[in-house]
Amino acid sequence: MKQRLWFIFIVLVLTISTVILTVSVVSAQGPTPTADDVNAIAKQLYCPVCENTPLDVCETQACAQWRELIRQQLADGWTEEQIKQYFVDNYGARVLSEPPRTGLNWLVYLVPPVIILAGAVILFRALRAWNKPAAVETEAGPGSASEADESDEYIARLEEELRTRD
Amino acid sequence: MTENTPETTAPKRDMPLWVQIIVWVALIALLVILGIGLMRNQQGTVQAGDRIYDFSLTLFDDYTYEGKSPVTLSDLRGKIVVINFWASWCTTCKQEAAELEAAWQYYQPGGEVVFLGVDYVDTEPEALAYLEEFGITYPNGPDMGTRISQAFRIQGVPETYFLDREGVLQYVQIGPFTSIDQIQSIVDSLLAE
Repeated sequence: MKQRLWFIFIVLVLTISTVILTVSVVSAQGPTPTADDVNAIAKQLYCPVCENTPLDVCETQACAQWRELIRQQLADGWTEEQIKQYFVDNYGARVLSEPPRTGLNWLVYLVPPVIILAGAVILFRALRAWNKPAAVETEAGPGSASEADESDEYIARLEEELRTRD
Repeated sequence: MTENTPETTAPKRDMPLWVQIIVWVALIALLVILGIGLMRNQQGTVQAGDRIYDFSLTLFDDYTYEGKSPVTLSDLRGKIVVINFWASWCTTCKQEAAELEAAWQYYQPGGEVVFLGVDYVDTEPEALAYLEEFGITYPNGPDMGTRISQAFRIQGVPETYFLDREGVLQYVQIGPFTSIDQIQSIVDSLLAE
């Protein structure tokens, strides 16, 4: 009986220790986001003061400050969406690498496919137009034969004329 | 002689008129949008004589103007307004920070001149550290969404804009001030008007 109590006691201690350790490990991940965690969000944002430079590779002091801000926000438990929204609210939608699908921004998504589609249609029509004359020529084969006949007839008449003159 | 003119050309098939209209309208609209964008890019900052659109600046904690935050530009009508764009990451802004504060201290008792600091694309902890480092006491706040800087079409920081009592822009300083005299000469000329 005493042995059984000891066994239960040891199992309980082990279980509680495991739970405490697991919780402490999980909570330890929160305050120390890695550089990869920061860059995963930073690469979706652009430096607001330097043209066309993603935040994860930007070397300016301003960008270093913003990356530090992302790190701090991750440590505080902010989600990716919350961080991106914070940047949009503070620095404008132009910091997003992918413009939000609203208003005139739709042009960014609609114009290129429409132009590609229009180009494909124009190319298709042009190719068809180029093929047509060849087809017509092929179809016009018998006509060409009659032309040759006419030409032969003309030459024969011409030769006949020359013979009579001689 | 017989004339040989075989009809080898294919019958011409035009696009329907409505398609042509849509294509041309879309093309013209795209060019107009591109043109407007290019014009805006090449416009430069707002110029002397321009009336400045009304805006509200939410101030940092511990900063108020006459006990209020946000500060609305139209509420300052009748006063000379000095709007300074700055950022904590901007090294040249540091060159003029002390001069601006000294000028504010000089004009504040008169109540006829208001200085506003607009913090351009900055992070708050560094911005507050900057304000503390230079002991800046005039109203300061972040340019949320860069709406104010876009309205002024600023090209960088620091830039300072001087508005007369009617809210009309009278002078633009691109780059840092080198002395308090430089600030005073502009403000005094506006006060004398």
